[in-house]
Amino acid sequence: MTVTILDPTDERAPIERQITTRPAKITGVVGLLDIAKPRGNVLLDELERLLSSELPGVELRRYRKPTFTKPAPSDLRLKMKSECNYVVEALAD
Amino acid sequence: MAEPRPGFSLQDLEGGTYRFPTGRPSLVCFVKEDCQTCNLAAPVLEAFRRAFGGKVDVLLVGQTLEGNRVLQARHQLSAPILDDSKCEISFAWDFEIVPAAYWMDGDGVVRTQIEGFVRDEWKALEQRIAGDLGLAKADVDWDGLPAWRPGCGSKHLDPEIHDRLLANASGSPIRARRIEVASSDDVAEFMFDQGFSDGLPLVPPTPERVMRMLAGTSRGAQDLVAISPPNMGHATVEKIAINAVMAGCKPEYLPVVIAAVEAVCTDEFNIHGVNATTMGASPVIVVNGPIRHRIGMNMKLGALGAGNRANATIGRAVRLVIRNVGGARPGGTDRSTLGNPMKFTMCFAEWEEGSPWEPLHVERGFKAEDSVVTVFGMTSGPVQIVDQESREPDQVAGSIGLGLEAMFLPKLHRMNTDALLVVCPEHAKSLTSRGEYSKARLRTRIQQVTARPLREMVADEVSGAGLPLALAAQMDAEKLDTRFGKFASDKNIHIVVAGSEAGKFSAAFHGWVTGEMGSSVVSRKIECD
Repeated sequence: MTVTILDPTDERAPIERQITTRPAKITGVVGLLDIAKPRGNVLLDELERLLSSELPGVELRRYRKPTFTKPAPSDLRLKMKSECNYVVEALAD
Repeated sequence: MAEPRPGFSLQDLEGGTYRFPTGRPSLVCFVKEDCQTCNLAAPVLEAFRRAFGGKVDVLLVGQTLEGNRVLQARHQLSAPILDDSKCEISFAWDFEIVPAAYWMDGDGVVRTQIEGFVRDEWKALEQRIAGDLGLAKADVDWDGLPAWRPGCGSKHLDPEIHDRLLANASGSPIRARRIEVASSDDVAEFMFDQGFSDGLPLVPPTPERVMRMLAGTSRGAQDLVAISPPNMGHATVEKIAINAVMAGCKPEYLPVVIAAVEAVCTDEFNIHGVNATTMGASPVIVVNGPIRHRIGMNMKLGALGAGNRANATIGRAVRLVIRNVGGARPGGTDRSTLGNPMKFTMCFAEWEEGSPWEPLHVERGFKAEDSVVTVFGMTSGPVQIVDQESREPDQVAGSIGLGLEAMFLPKLHRMNTDALLVVCPEHAKSLTSRGEYSKARLRTRIQQVTARPLREMVADEVSGAGLPLALAAQMDAEKLDTRFGKFASDKNIHIVVAGSEAGKFSAAFHGWVTGEMGSSVVSRKIECD
């Protein structure tokens, strides 16, 4: 059941979840989050290899959710938020 | 020729679809299960169905799905009972009481309409149907039925349901974009994510809430109240109502919010500059006149603080309109260095009855019986002015003046900057303890006690602010001895009375740049019936 609300703005911007602005250059720390679904680690291993060769100045850190069936625990989210500039989440199996 | 009743397509309890008009003469009766009178009418309708069903479509339209099942089982109905649990058809047919029975021709044009249960009317209906179609009467024991039973209010008139139906109806005054928030989304979080909020939770502006809010004004929903900077968004009554819902307003506050939005969006008030300045200004809204009491505004104990819904939400609604319709957001065009809690809300009413003076709106040219909103572009406040010792009127006025001298910097004088002085009742009493003490005299006294020689305003090693040294070097001693009060003009000092009867604590709001380059005080009459 959806909830309908009325737009309080002057309606010049579309109402949708906006994706974060893409940076011209990647710096700092990139987190690689394994959601604990089978073979997600294979994708992330390959991604880590590619990123470390193409972005030598960028630090890569691995994270892992306890289970893919539930949202990431809040302490893990906070940890990634405080440590990373970017996070890549491997979704597929 | 009479208009036919609105068409519909509804399902019965078995999922069969029934469309109206049916092409045959029809008897349609709206019922709800928890209505005793509907339960009285149901066996009569069933008898009509048995007697007339060959030539007449007898359709019951029930207002709850579960109730329809109960009615069917309770009365062993063979007549279809259709599901109008959304009440959209009931709303479109626009009756007040159930049972509501309509006898119509094949095109849906009404021949007879009855509401409730008056035995003679139902008996006449039976005769009319039988007569129209040349059929025998139905098998109804009329003598066993009561002569009269009132019906029940139709479910579609329940306020919650009716407002939703009104909002969705084809003639709805609502034009704003509808946003469907998915069930997996938390609506409160969604509104934060969209940037609608000032940082505090919002009431979701559902169409039915906005409809209720719009009932607070006689103005049309699409009336343009103001063009709101910086994006020059159109602040219609509807958009203001949506933001008023989000702020937590009651519908009766809406006329005040509308008047305040109109006031702040004038060129004189200059909400764009007020918002954009790095000084951190915001509107301070003062309400005068009878509406203060009617909507329960606080003008006494804690008037400038938290705890009163009208005070809190009217000020917040104005801020949300400027944020959402105007697009003024911190970090965008709002460039305030420190910000200011008044940017959440700042609205109060003057305690006119506790004041020895004529109220603010009368002083500004309105009638005492007018309800008026006055907006001030203020950067600081309320700054307390504490004097618990003075008893003589001139002493109290002197302390108030010294308190006001703190505005911006005590050193700065002859300032073309407005101040809004809120005199507490005890200070007002002390001021008038020896007879009349006019606002004009209070203003003069403020200027008198704050008058300092120009030489005290020259930049020095303590403070580099004030009169530049180079400029002061060109002045002779006589010029440097010239004394100037705090304000460029007595007109910069605005005075109201508010607060509890206990405590010698007045307060002041300090302005921004006053005049054409900045912001001027603006009043607007509140349109309320």
